[in-house]
Amino acid sequence: MSKSDLEKRTVMSPDGEPIEINPLQDYFCDAHPKVHEPVLPIFEKFLNWARSESLWVLGFGTGCGAIEMRPLMTPRFDAYRFGIQWRPTPRQSSVFIISGYLSVKTLKRVIRSYEQMQNPKFVIALGSCTINGGMYWDSYNTIKRLDHYLPVDVYIAGCMPRPEAILAGFEKLKELIRQGKGEGANLYAQNFDWYKANQKKIIKDWDMPDYNW
Amino acid sequence: MQFELKHITYGLLTLFIVLNYGLILQGIMPKIAARVGRRYGIRWYQPYIDIIKNHAKRSKITHGIMYYLGPVFRLSGGIGLLMFMPVIFGSPYFGNFSFAGDLTLVLYFQFFGVLGMALGAGESGHPHSAIGVSRGLSQVTALELPLTLGVISIAMQYGTLRIADIVAAQQGGIMNWTIFTNPFAGAALMLSFLGSMGRAPFDVVLAPQEIPIGPPTEYHSGFLGILQLNRAIFPVAKLILFMNLLYGGATSWPELFIKTFFIYLWSVFVGVAFPRFRVDQSVRWFLGVPLLFGIIAILLI
Repeated sequence: MSKSDLEKRTVMSPDGEPIEINPLQDYFCDAHPKVHEPVLPIFEKFLNWARSESLWVLGFGTGCGAIEMRPLMTPRFDAYRFGIQWRPTPRQSSVFIISGYLSVKTLKRVIRSYEQMQNPKFVIALGSCTINGGMYWDSYNTIKRLDHYLPVDVYIAGCMPRPEAILAGFEKLKELIRQGKGEGANLYAQNFDWYKANQKKIIKDWDMPDYNW
Repeated sequence: MQFELKHITYGLLTLFIVLNYGLILQGIMPKIAARVGRRYGIRWYQPYIDIIKNHAKRSKITHGIMYYLGPVFRLSGGIGLLMFMPVIFGSPYFGNFSFAGDLTLVLYFQFFGVLGMALGAGESGHPHSAIGVSRGLSQVTALELPLTLGVISIAMQYGTLRIADIVAAQQGGIMNWTIFTNPFAGAALMLSFLGSMGRAPFDVVLAPQEIPIGPPTEYHSGFLGILQLNRAIFPVAKLILFMNLLYGGATSWPELFIKTFFIYLWSVFVGVAFPRFRVDQSVRWFLGVPLLFGIIAILLI
């Protein structure tokens, strides 16, 4: 789909009647995300335990750190035994790993994928690039601080962090979820305008709906 | 069939036992496959946690009525297949709702879930769901041919379409089992069974790292939870069907567990030993040797 397909235009219907279409409004919902309050604490505690023991990772390697996630699936580190599994679609996953530097072009895709994930969802930021830009600190084309654009739950520092460090990061994330601190999705909904303003400051050619789920 | 309230209770009990057995199998079988790859693999109770987590998701979105009905169709296909089969041979209650022509109905139910899925995925509006569904449906259609030929051969052999009668005819020793008395039908059935279990080499239609993972791409939260419940019930229902048709049925629950476990293991063994087929390759494969066995079984009987 090219950018011109998304523009508002008038087309001829098969009956010969001109109709006006606006793809961004017709095909996408631009309603703001909602805050979903946790249920009763005693249930929430149990549900949080289940969420922490079943982390489904979105298989989306954004930067060079994606190569460090592959050993986690193989016999040496085998993350499956900790309840960590890889899913191919954002709809089904609950953890988004931003693996390393994030170029402006990728940020767009990351935002779309993140917004398609269902609440509660968690973000792990991998490598120094996501904290302060790392070795790309003066690059014209990468973002410097990830948490200006998405709510981050756990940072794993390093360039690149080894698989052991990533496993430790997962353990930390589990701890946070069990304590009820994994509320990134609600944070995103509460500060939606701030996050959107930051994202639009970076992405110059914004050709997608504001919130696309 | 005399209908009593007790039948509903025992039907629900059957469902409960089969659901738990299916979930445990779902945990153990990937573990066995992982051990072949020298990994520890998932924990055996992981499927339980996954289902709880999926139902615990706070938000879900919908794409319309058929999107809701897809998982419901699928689940009712699994439960229907289970309910219309005699689960425990000779038991007045765990025969559930089996009746004189249940073999035909069971064959129909095999296809029911996939069709429901196709309807639901079509409504999700996902551009790849049509590819996923058509790949899945073409493979299921191909594997139905040897399956149906084998089943017809068995029905002709015993002169009945009632599963309970087929089981009854196999009692009295291992050599009375259909797999020995009608080996060609048995071979056709066991080869088509490999495809219907959705494991390698026939799991490209569901392969988790493919771009279109097939019909469930858009399903999430509670919808996916329902699909997972069916993924526990449906394989066990199929295992019970194959046990009834080929391996003399079961007269008690422990016997059922042992027999179905080993039938399931057959597909796991093949799965870890062979790489994946593409869909066109698997369709061609099903129309080759398994179909030949099915035709021989029909001709010989």
